[in-house]
Amino acid sequence: MLSYLIRRILLVLPVAFGVSVICFLLVQIAPGDPLTAIMPIDATAEEQAAMRAAYGLDKPLPVQYAIWIGNLFQGDMGKSIASGRPVAAEVFGAVKNSLLLAVSAAVIAFPIGIFLGFLAGYFRDTWIDRAVTALSITGVSVPNYWLGIVLVIIFSVNLGWLPSMGAGPGGSQSWAWDWAHMRHLLLPAVTLAVVPIGIVSRTVRALAGDILSQDFVDALYAKGMSRADVLRHVARNAAATALSVMGLQLGYLLGGSILIETVFNWPGSGFLLSNAIFQRDLPLLQGTILILALFFVAMNLIVDVVQAAIDPRIQRT
Amino acid sequence: MAMAEATSIHAPEKVEKSKGYWSGVGHRLVRDPLTMFCLAVIAALILSAVFAPYLGLADPYKGSMIARLKPIGAPGYPLGTDEQGRDMLARLIYGGRLTLFIGLMPVVIAFFAGSILGITAGYVGGLTNTIIMRTVDVFFAFPSVLLAIAISGALGAGIVNSLVSLTIVFIPPITRVAEAVTSGVRKLDYIDAARASGASAWTVIRVHVIGNVLSPIFVYATSLTSVCMILAAGLSFLGIGVRPPEPEWGLMLNTLRSVIYVNPWLSALPGVMIFVTSLCLNLLSDGLRSAMNVRD
Repeated sequence: MLSYLIRRILLVLPVAFGVSVICFLLVQIAPGDPLTAIMPIDATAEEQAAMRAAYGLDKPLPVQYAIWIGNLFQGDMGKSIASGRPVAAEVFGAVKNSLLLAVSAAVIAFPIGIFLGFLAGYFRDTWIDRAVTALSITGVSVPNYWLGIVLVIIFSVNLGWLPSMGAGPGGSQSWAWDWAHMRHLLLPAVTLAVVPIGIVSRTVRALAGDILSQDFVDALYAKGMSRADVLRHVARNAAATALSVMGLQLGYLLGGSILIETVFNWPGSGFLLSNAIFQRDLPLLQGTILILALFFVAMNLIVDVVQAAIDPRIQRT
Repeated sequence: MAMAEATSIHAPEKVEKSKGYWSGVGHRLVRDPLTMFCLAVIAALILSAVFAPYLGLADPYKGSMIARLKPIGAPGYPLGTDEQGRDMLARLIYGGRLTLFIGLMPVVIAFFAGSILGITAGYVGGLTNTIIMRTVDVFFAFPSVLLAIAISGALGAGIVNSLVSLTIVFIPPITRVAEAVTSGVRKLDYIDAARASGASAWTVIRVHVIGNVLSPIFVYATSLTSVCMILAAGLSFLGIGVRPPEPEWGLMLNTLRSVIYVNPWLSALPGVMIFVTSLCLNLLSDGLRSAMNVRD
């Protein structure tokens, strides 16, 4: 197990390096001079050159990258051009809110997805199977930003039951575990849960169906084991794969919630990202993407390690 | 008596010319009503978008201050009007032009680019494989939505920028699938036989590899079209895709959000178009997968 862990971590390092290179290059592919956003229009050529030197923009790209990554390791991700605050502080504050939303969506989606998928796999080729399959293909096909708007129309505009935007009463930015805040969480979390419900139920259906048709299931029944005990064996066999799919989905929820955060004005990383894009705040854009991508990489690593811990067969590959 | 029976069994039957793989696929597709229905819907959407100027619709760009936000079913405006008084039906049909183009084109380009990269990596192996596949791994470190938004956000709004960012998003997954099936085929005996007979690498790939790897890659690519549609419209919804005043479903969804309390269901209409298209694309891809006997 330890050697697997070390091997897996060593494999992550080049990927993390690649991710940092892409995030660094994002600013380079942006059209226009990065200085135009911070320099007054009437700045002289010398002033521009001085500024360029101050930001290290006169150095060749690899040197700029080395400086950038060196600062990064000291926790310095630069300053936001729009607010002047350190990028790291802005990003971590927002990621906390996104994480709350993503985990809430996962708490809704995973049990429902597992239950539906197992039901469909167990009752293969019956009306239950067809109903679940139809539901899951609808779930993966729906543009969730549109679904969010539809839910707002139903529950906020027509019924007036739930608030349509923000993370708390009166535009509150900080979270608290009370009903006033929970009401704000409900619609975005449910909206975000729909796609993973479709994907998880689809995966579990295929898994359960495959495992139930294997010989060992018949053998367990033949030796007189009860249905519940057999199903426990089936669940153990499906656990590793199902967990890895769910881990990936949690990562997607965090990285993919930007559209939903925009619909509901949820003060998370996606919301920060869209603000950064419109204010051409490139350091903030770069920092947010880097943190979210590294989160996703870490998530993948954890999933792989947990999967290997559950299913020792994986360690050998 | 027994003799007669034996001869009749062994008598040569009329041998029909064996039908090819593709005619079998076509036959199975035609007998799958759901897939055919989805194909018809997609075809209707594409045709109505292409021939929109000849359908006698209102001008999708011409607004009217007095005819703003007419409800669905208002006389003269079958689907109402938007916040600038422009005919919704015309805008939805014209909107298909950009949405479908930006939603499908990246997968088409990525299918070719990813197939070339993946087949090369899978067939050549060695250092070439390592370079291509480790680069692909890096792109897999980004959730697709995040990557599309990051590139589009950095490049800025615009049709070409959306096409570029979505193509970059879909090349890595297609490359990965192409590499996996190609290195599977590469291990088979008939490839060794072909190589032993002195065929060049290009000949082996052209004659023996492509025919065997293209259908799984193709089916996989079709399964990405629905995601690409949703993402393409999503970029415009965020304001980093198509620019106003062009009719585009994601952009319309965005601008109509401001009138959600005035005329709620009207503002949901562009999303219905995205949903129907993406659902049909998914079902079509599932139908193709089973008709072409491709397993995951």
